[in-house]
Amino acid sequence: MLGIKGKDLSVFLLVAMLALLAPFLLNPFPVDSAMAQFNAGYPDLMQRFVIFGIFAIGFNILFGLTGYLSFGHAAFLGVGSYAAIWMMKLVSLNIIPGIIMAIIFAALFSVVVGYISLRRSGIYFSILTLAFAQMSYALAYSVLTPITGGETGLQIKPGDDPLLSNLAEGEIGRANLFGLEMGDSAILRAGGWEFTMNVGYYVCALVMLVAFYLAIRIFRSPFGMMLRAVKSNQQRMNYTGLNSRPYTLAAFVISGMYAGLAGGLMVAMDTQVGPERMFWTASGEVVLMTILGGAGTLIGPVLGAGFIKYMENIVSKINSTVLHEWFAFLPDGMEDFLVTIFYPFVGKGWHLTLGLMFMAVVIFLPGGLVEGGQRIASIFRRGKKSGAGDESAKQETPAE
Amino acid sequence: MSKYNVTRRGVLRTGAGAAAGLTLPTYLRAAAHSGFTNAPTGDTVTLGFNVPQSGPYADEGADELRAYQLAVEHLNGEGDGGMLQTFSSQALEGTGILGKKVEYVTGDTQTKSDAARASARSMIEKDGAVMITGGSSSGVAVAVQALCQEAGVIFMAGLTHSNDTTGKDRKANGFRHFFNSYMSGAALAPILVDQYGADRKAYHLTADYNWGYTTEEAMASSTEALGWETVNSVKTPLTQTDFSSYIAPVLNSGADILVLNHYGGNMVNSLTNAVQFGLREAQANGKQFEIVVPLYSELMARGAGQNIAGILGSQNWDWKLENQLGERYKGTNAFVKSFGEKYGFPPSQAAHTCYVQTLLYADAVTRAGSFEPCAVVEALEGFEFDGLGNGPTLYRAEDHQCFKDVVVVRGKENPENEFDLVEIVEVTPTEQVTYAPDHPQFSGGALGSCNNGA
Repeated sequence: MLGIKGKDLSVFLLVAMLALLAPFLLNPFPVDSAMAQFNAGYPDLMQRFVIFGIFAIGFNILFGLTGYLSFGHAAFLGVGSYAAIWMMKLVSLNIIPGIIMAIIFAALFSVVVGYISLRRSGIYFSILTLAFAQMSYALAYSVLTPITGGETGLQIKPGDDPLLSNLAEGEIGRANLFGLEMGDSAILRAGGWEFTMNVGYYVCALVMLVAFYLAIRIFRSPFGMMLRAVKSNQQRMNYTGLNSRPYTLAAFVISGMYAGLAGGLMVAMDTQVGPERMFWTASGEVVLMTILGGAGTLIGPVLGAGFIKYMENIVSKINSTVLHEWFAFLPDGMEDFLVTIFYPFVGKGWHLTLGLMFMAVVIFLPGGLVEGGQRIASIFRRGKKSGAGDESAKQETPAE
Repeated sequence: MSKYNVTRRGVLRTGAGAAAGLTLPTYLRAAAHSGFTNAPTGDTVTLGFNVPQSGPYADEGADELRAYQLAVEHLNGEGDGGMLQTFSSQALEGTGILGKKVEYVTGDTQTKSDAARASARSMIEKDGAVMITGGSSSGVAVAVQALCQEAGVIFMAGLTHSNDTTGKDRKANGFRHFFNSYMSGAALAPILVDQYGADRKAYHLTADYNWGYTTEEAMASSTEALGWETVNSVKTPLTQTDFSSYIAPVLNSGADILVLNHYGGNMVNSLTNAVQFGLREAQANGKQFEIVVPLYSELMARGAGQNIAGILGSQNWDWKLENQLGERYKGTNAFVKSFGEKYGFPPSQAAHTCYVQTLLYADAVTRAGSFEPCAVVEALEGFEFDGLGNGPTLYRAEDHQCFKDVVVVRGKENPENEFDLVEIVEVTPTEQVTYAPDHPQFSGGALGSCNNGA
């Protein structure tokens, strides 16, 4: 089906199913229960899951396949975002032109950055991309304030009157797709449960599936094979008389375009841009996502993105009051004791928890969460079929 | 990856089921049954406290959160009631808001607009918050304010000092109690001229971002109007930690005043460098060299230590106001007392503004008799009140900015303890810091109309 088959097809269908049913899968607890704290099925977070999924899929095309570690990918995300918001302010509130321009501008910028940075490899390449990203951040933060809005960023204002949209005087435009507003949701109530199905989320999910499909095709194409060759031994490739630069540059630009797409979608879902989006920590985050999920695997980056965004948005909101509620059934002394122990790891301490998880994954599961999944699966399968385990190990050994 | 046995029929069946599920509940639109976003239905109401818990302003965020917790206690009738007793509007009785018990959720803005908006959106979409408040930087305030306007909830800004929050980025659903760059300039200029003379040449070092620009503009235009000359202004990167290379040229520039348009860690470092370079002892143009810091805060004063002694700046509020200047600033002591009893030290100005904003919101809802954002906006617009520590105050309808006295302070030479680092020099009366809503420094914005959301 669609030119992909076998295992790839099942992975694709699995991702499609997860994306489609996300509003249900992410809201497993009734709204009024104590566990509702862990529900992640609200539009903003679901949108972030898939948008950062796209970002990480694109990053993985560069890092997972060629092994070039770019430390400045957030710059392309930012460029895409600024392009998209200007399209919305000036041309149309429909998200399509904005997203297309986001991809085009990110592509142009990544050609420039890639052309220069790819003259070096290894750590020098990483430093060069990092330098470009920090430069873009500084430009957006201060020097280019008239275009980027500086620290306060850009938003759609009441005075903005895009060419192709009919807005009443003073009305603030909202992002839409042919009239379907991104903020619209349908809420389904069943018993104590509440499921929010949001237009913006499903638009993102659809785009993510297309992006994921393209990534599969790239992974399985001769071009993808060439990129893997770059990773395993670029020198040997060069000695055979083959110029690897066009391949790496193409991979760099493609992954830059993915980042631009993610940036454009972020604006489409939440119509504002700030320069922090390009800060080096944002570039570092996508590296973490990819490694955490499993670099070089298809589904890994999506899992990693989901994992990190979940930590950032859910764990960071647990404060001491919530902890006290959880342990309220214990005697007072015990309650305070447990709260004291857990408190540093939740709320503002979510970075600490994330750091520990990351260390655990890197030390015990070098292949990321995907490797964890495989190990669990192989435990279950060992009893049934003896041959299945080594087959999967052979096929899906993560590249890094 | 493990093996999945996917059959064509299975896929079709699940797909059809999901499609049916998607089409079914469209009539249950969030809009249909409430009238406005997150209308509280049960016997509780949820407020969202969105403060920086990590990053450069984490200290201020922590103090803001303390103030919010105190405000919630007082609204629910616990504790000693704090400013509820001194507040000129006696609508609040300590029975929650409109009889509903106040609950709250917290989030971390990380002082990044993206993170702040993500956190605010989760409060609105997941926790059902009907009002968002907090923050310790203007970038975040502007971003979250725009989000609240779009989503149809009220935003009560925390610490944000840039002109833009109620200037070019003002929004109908957003309100700011804190003062701004213009007010700092207008309040400081006469006192600077009074203290240092009208024939002065100023050199500005400005943090290279939005707040820095508006503050520099305000300071330069207010002092120039009174006869000062601006010799030079240099932008410094926000991430700079060593300002030696920026301070060195100041002495030979012909200037005799250094204005540090810096905040937080920037200000602590640049001031320390300036003092180390001997600027406090230097003479220029036959006069004593002086340093000015337009926006002061207790937390920064603590960071700068001895170096802050004798340096002039402005504040929104100070915990010693009522003790030193009397009855006009009533409410101050009531707040300081309940804050001190709960936490063991006096509150910062960030804590004060956040506490007051929460009370003002609760009061507006009570007077409007509804949580509906447009009703709250109407109740707050043009609202005159007293007894919240700043003296008589007006929430101006044209731009949703509070107008009140501005406190001019100076670093103490011999502080008695670590909370008593500044002394109040003078309080600039409201009339002197009031400006027209379409003042050039605030132009280009429009409130738009209030939004009830869904």
